[in-house]
Amino acid sequence: MTAHTPPPPAPPIGLLVELTHRCPLGCLYCSNPVALERPGNELDGETWKKVFSEAAALGALHVHLSGGEPTARRDIVDLTRHASQSGLYTNLITSGIGVNETLTGDLADAGLDHAQLSFQGADKETNDRLGHYKGSWERKRAFAAYVIKAALPLTINAVIHRSNIHQVAAFIDLAVELGARRLEVAHTQYYGWALANRAALMPPKSQVDESIAIVQAARERLKGELVIDLVVPDYYARYPKPCAGGWGRVAINVSPTGKALPCHAAESIPGLDFWNVRDHSLSDIWHSNSAFKAFRGTDWMPEPCRSCDRREIDWGGCRCQALALTGDARNTDPACYKSPHHERIAAMAMAESESGDGVLRWRSYKADKVEA
Amino acid sequence: MDELTEIHAQSRPHLPRGVRLKRDEARGRWTLLAPERIFEIDDTAATVLELCDGERDLAQIVAELAARYTAPPAVIEKDVVAMLVDLKTKRVLET
Repeated sequence: MTAHTPPPPAPPIGLLVELTHRCPLGCLYCSNPVALERPGNELDGETWKKVFSEAAALGALHVHLSGGEPTARRDIVDLTRHASQSGLYTNLITSGIGVNETLTGDLADAGLDHAQLSFQGADKETNDRLGHYKGSWERKRAFAAYVIKAALPLTINAVIHRSNIHQVAAFIDLAVELGARRLEVAHTQYYGWALANRAALMPPKSQVDESIAIVQAARERLKGELVIDLVVPDYYARYPKPCAGGWGRVAINVSPTGKALPCHAAESIPGLDFWNVRDHSLSDIWHSNSAFKAFRGTDWMPEPCRSCDRREIDWGGCRCQALALTGDARNTDPACYKSPHHERIAAMAMAESESGDGVLRWRSYKADKVEA
Repeated sequence: MDELTEIHAQSRPHLPRGVRLKRDEARGRWTLLAPERIFEIDDTAATVLELCDGERDLAQIVAELAARYTAPPAVIEKDVVAMLVDLKTKRVLET
């Protein structure tokens, strides 16, 4: 009798690298962990290049150069060039702060394929207040112009929450005005800083529904001009999102210090042993690291996921959210209507959406930095 | 159909910067790599896109394909236009 061995997993499609956790902005909803990695612990450039080469060899197609603010790395052009030469499609995810015209041109020359620029608000006052950085509005707009001048495709990313949800139509107008090909209207996902600030961020359901209708109408109106992607908020959803496209199925994240993670929040789950790219190849991690196998596929699923006909659509939803909201990472994501916790989560969201802002935790290295 | 998604015989379709046709060796197929998107495409679609170089116009592309596949140009044109309009609507092809 031979032991049952599962077939090797298909290769990952995307690699998301958090090159640094340094960032000039202080967004309340940042997806980085609340315990930010210090600059001194960041991987050196040669190790990042090794990771890019290994990702391409493994079969990854996209690399997302993210952070923090990835251009805070002095070697960002060199890293971009190596990623591009490895054959990866290179995507820069940036605040636009500190990226001047020369650097934008150098990135384009190095083979950058696409730039994604965040806006925190659709007007100067809102943008600068919510990004916690005065003057960022002008700098972001200038960066958008450099990207267009370099003939690179531009995506505008707007993370939506209670303080800017009334600006969804204005974000669409802004994206068109700046010459973006694509806009992400991304309702806040509650991990990291966003989870810590959830009561201040949660929008009322009526406004969420309204924002979705605005996006749907604009998609029709702007067909062929602007593609709009919509990330809907979990807490008001009927089905969970297939987090990271399914655990260990399509994506690898690497933290600034080199920890390979199935998703950016995976470290919030206790008991998993994450390997470091300094010690292991990406291929070794993808195929052999127990943390990547922990929730891969469907064998790990309890009911109601196990017998659900959406189990290979949702992949059980998000493990980090299951842990944060139910206390057990193996539970069905409570965003799913089949979860016994679903009604409680929706009621909590509605209550929080009507609460005051309470104590705000602006993203910073001083995690105790709060404002009433 | 409005002009943003229209394609004419004189259109010169091409992939804009930031959209790349790539042979995906790990999976043994062709892909179109675009911002935050990956389109799996079959060999025939890859052949069409290889001809979309910004030099050839639609009429030339259809003529070449009709010769290559020994198929009626009218049939080829219908399929090619449908495919290119779809990609143009997704903002991964320009004319």
